Amino acid sequence: MSFYIASSPHHHQRRTTAKLMQLVLFAMLPGFLAQLYFFGWGVIFQLSLAIAVALAAESLCLIARDRAPASGLQDNTAIVTAALLAVSIPPLAPWWVIVIGTLFAIVVVKHLFGGVGHNIFNPAMAGYVLLLISFPVQMTAWMPPTGLASNAPGFIDSLYLFLFQFTNEGFSLEQVRRIDTGSMLDAVVMATPLDHVKTQLSQGATLSEALQHRQFTGFAGAGWQWVNFAYLLGGLLLLQQRVIQWHIPVAMLGALSICAILGSIFAPDLLPGLNIHLFSGATMFAAFFIATDPVSAATSSKGKLIYATLIGVLIYVIRSYGGYPDAVAFAVLLANLCVPVIDQYTRPVTYGHRKEES
Amino acid sequence: MSSEFHTLSKDGLWENNPALVQLLGLCPLLAVSGTITNALGLGIATLLVLVGSNITVSLVRNFVPNEIRIPVFVIVIATFVTLVELTMNAFTYGLYMALGIFIPLIVTNCAIIGRAEAYASKNNWYKAGFDGLMMGLGFAAVLVALGAMRELIGQGTLFDGAELLLGEWASSLRVQLIEFDYPLLIAILPPGAFIGLGFLIAGKNWLDARKREKLAKAPVEKAQRARVTHVS
Repeated sequence: MSFYIASSPHHHQRRTTAKLMQLVLFAMLPGFLAQLYFFGWGVIFQLSLAIAVALAAESLCLIARDRAPASGLQDNTAIVTAALLAVSIPPLAPWWVIVIGTLFAIVVVKHLFGGVGHNIFNPAMAGYVLLLISFPVQMTAWMPPTGLASNAPGFIDSLYLFLFQFTNEGFSLEQVRRIDTGSMLDAVVMATPLDHVKTQLSQGATLSEALQHRQFTGFAGAGWQWVNFAYLLGGLLLLQQRVIQWHIPVAMLGALSICAILGSIFAPDLLPGLNIHLFSGATMFAAFFIATDPVSAATSSKGKLIYATLIGVLIYVIRSYGGYPDAVAFAVLLANLCVPVIDQYTRPVTYGHRKEES
Repeated sequence: MSSEFHTLSKDGLWENNPALVQLLGLCPLLAVSGTITNALGLGIATLLVLVGSNITVSLVRNFVPNEIRIPVFVIVIATFVTLVELTMNAFTYGLYMALGIFIPLIVTNCAIIGRAEAYASKNNWYKAGFDGLMMGLGFAAVLVALGAMRELIGQGTLFDGAELLLGEWASSLRVQLIEFDYPLLIAILPPGAFIGLGFLIAGKNWLDARKREKLAKAPVEKAQRARVTHVS
């Protein structure tokens, strides 16, 4: 007779990667629906195209690497990568943006580094950074949230914009993105809350002046706050299902909050406050869905705390002093780079052994 | 004799290529390979310095005490870099401005001091000069290949600004192969250099592996064996 021999941990729930990834996708649903409600139909097109491209690229890569495509596709990781990238980019960005991003994420960042479980960078965020520095105009063209847009495109117009960059009647994305300010002459293209605050602050306005803008209804920007809440909800579901542990979200949000509170104490009118940092950008999405990627994050509990703290601090520093309004992708990639070192120095001591004196 | 030159050229151009195998001199390689013109300019400058310094180091190798050889090499290299820099300043001013700090930085290019230490200080002058030529050609070839890749992906052109290096007539060399509405900027930005170099190295390793596979597959003539022992 033969015994089943496996390395630790010995106590585990036998959940396959495919099952975990399904749960992640399911937990993204509230955030996805919120984005759909506030930013229009575009996000559906982005998601469909991203998943199609990701599956095709994944199959081709697996074939090129002499693996059976069926077994690789069943673990759903490509779909999760595609979904994470699709919800990160502006919903009405032209179709080729998401195609390039997804191809880069799957082929270069995932498969050239060895496929599932071997990539040192988060594929979705690496794809996002590639797009952001290559196509800055398309990647910052977010729609104003529902209720503010003066002529929000419907389903057909969104599809036209996605495919041809013009609506059926010939309006460009720039025109569609205008918000209603009463008269057509005053119509302005709207920036995201973080972008708006950053631009205003850099032009010498104070924070309270920057927050005068009419998109700051509620406490952190119309639309965006609810998207963040929805992702927080999905993240709590992941925690409750034990798909992720508490370390990374808590440490990341904690570090970001401490920085934001300190910033507001020392320079209340020059640095955005806690509410802006937590609920205006991609913070909640990053804390629960991006930073917690089991492959590119640190492994041990202590390591996860260090890794996530690093992300939180980096997000704050880059947002406050860097060139880009949001910083999640850069912070995550920089922290990914540090993971081998973090893992090296936070290796837990095996039971019954003493810590080696170094 | 000729086989030695053959080995030297094979080493410099492929087997021991300074950029793809030794991974030396990456700083200028990555920084100025945005267009073919820049790459070619820096490649030629490096080539000239490498040949000059290799010959000179080889000629003085018997008079230089071992303890201070490195400073001597650096001075020799710096002299040639100054010559090249002043020449470029005089004849290709536009390119001189475009390459900027990376011309003086050729002094710190490890590929050059590496060849001086590893080869020129141990061999006679014409061998050292030939080695410098081949290493320089290998380095320049990689630079130009990377420059072509990045220029093509990043702006869809080839030989953009060639007149800076070759004179007015060369402005007709510029070809627009692809018209991008929105070029993939990352190819021209620093990350594109790293990713492009990664692909070049991978390509070289892939070719080498394929060659080795072919060699391994080639049938080996087996010697006929005759039993000479007695089976009881």
